[in-house]
Amino acid sequence: MKLPEPSEIVDDLEFLGDWESRYQYIIDLGKALPKLPEDARADELKVKGCQSDVWLLPSHQGDVMTFQVDSDAVIVRGLLALVMSAYNEKSPAEILQFDIDGFFKELDLERHISPTRGNGLRAIVGKIRELAATG
Amino acid sequence: MALDVQAIRAQFPILSREVNGKPLVYLDNAATTQKPQAMIDALVSFYTECNSNVHRGAHALSDESTRRYEHARDVVAGFIGAASREEVIWTSGTTESINIVSKGMAQRLQAGDEVLVTEMEHHANLVTWQQACKAAGARLLVVPILANGALDADAFVTMLSEKTAFVAMPQVSNALGTVNPVRSLIKEVRARSPRALVLIDGAQGVAHGGVKVADLDCDFYAFSGHKMFGPTGVGVLWGRRALLAEWPVWLTGGEMIAEVSYQDATWGALPHRLEAGTPHISGAVGLAAAIEWFQTLDVADVQAHEKALLDRAVALGSEFKGLRLVGAAPEKIGVFSFVIEGTHPADIGFILDKQGVAIRTGDHCAQPLMKRLGLPGTARASFSVYNTLDEVDALFTALAKARDMLV
Repeated sequence: MKLPEPSEIVDDLEFLGDWESRYQYIIDLGKALPKLPEDARADELKVKGCQSDVWLLPSHQGDVMTFQVDSDAVIVRGLLALVMSAYNEKSPAEILQFDIDGFFKELDLERHISPTRGNGLRAIVGKIRELAATG
Repeated sequence: MALDVQAIRAQFPILSREVNGKPLVYLDNAATTQKPQAMIDALVSFYTECNSNVHRGAHALSDESTRRYEHARDVVAGFIGAASREEVIWTSGTTESINIVSKGMAQRLQAGDEVLVTEMEHHANLVTWQQACKAAGARLLVVPILANGALDADAFVTMLSEKTAFVAMPQVSNALGTVNPVRSLIKEVRARSPRALVLIDGAQGVAHGGVKVADLDCDFYAFSGHKMFGPTGVGVLWGRRALLAEWPVWLTGGEMIAEVSYQDATWGALPHRLEAGTPHISGAVGLAAAIEWFQTLDVADVQAHEKALLDRAVALGSEFKGLRLVGAAPEKIGVFSFVIEGTHPADIGFILDKQGVAIRTGDHCAQPLMKRLGLPGTARASFSVYNTLDEVDALFTALAKARDMLV
């Protein structure tokens, strides 16, 4: 599935007023996000959250970084899809430039990425940025 | 006589607030209970009127705070039926209470000794004993549970022997709600393992009322204040006086000593010998107020009401498509743990929260138990005396929406 661009997501979510349709949108993104094969869900790729686990499989193609991500919780998968729309198939410079906190704030979803939430999302973002910074 | 639940609710100010624009339905009582106004007032009164350190009575405030603090010990002693007030040790909570016992036992266990715990332990009553056994070269035996989440009492009995030095088990499982028949199990311990000491983890048991340590015939009983309407950061270790009087001191410093020189020290008398440093004075005072509030209720009424809540949840749960109850022991209290086919507990918890319904999701600090059950975790609604049947219905209305959105 081709993920929508960050700007499209912002528009879509703005259009969806109530929490139910907003989260239904995120859940549907989560369902559409390709799954990591079971055997790729290796422990060394796992970022442990308190409530749910997330996995990150990074790879490089020239100057373009690609990521496969997964979670056992579908809302987290939906939020990961948002993260992917920002980071996947981008250059390290683009990744480091992107204001992910601002993006989540604009979506009114900043609580999901705050350090107090144990869903592993913050850790994934940190890991991706670290990979981008070290090339 | 039935409980006047609305009158009880009126005493818990937090219950009238909204969450995400919806009336709060608080069903996370096994994690922590809400606080009655009487408890909040006791904290405010302590800090407003008599705040001072205890046992240093050179002035009036110190006398007063010491009196309130030691009165709190009397309240706890009466509540759990301790033989004397010196048997009540203040701690920071269940975890610290168990640590005092397990660290003491680590010094007393011999290689070849056996310690029994159960498969339903939360980490506080597992990691403590596992580490004590490692330190002493003793063996940790884990009593299995049956498929329905009840303890396998037959296995428990066969695992007891003369080698058994310690038995630690929960009165009520936090993840499953199973009520263990601790009284009859302890009878088996006494018959088969004459030197074994027994600790009951009362974290989930005490708030349902009616606990008398002498009836249980345990040697130690541990619980937290915040799970029974009191403040966080305060808890209790009850132990038999003869044991506590000789128990290895775990924390040294002020308050717990008799004589101190630069090179040596002797320990004071119970209860202070196990309570080094300035205690959580307001916490103790608050816990006593919470207990005194709880004692105005009839225990049989409380338990009947909690049973009605759980029965309603189980009945509605059995009709709810895709819901599987986790833990269906015949004796259960307070906890409705479940999974819904095709969903992750974290997603359920999140969608419920959007509707004002607070539950807990995850492994409930019992990772080996979840592994044993083959689950990543569960969603858990847990009930207290102030919950209503309407709130149980609200839980299922919220769950239906969650299922519609997620599946």
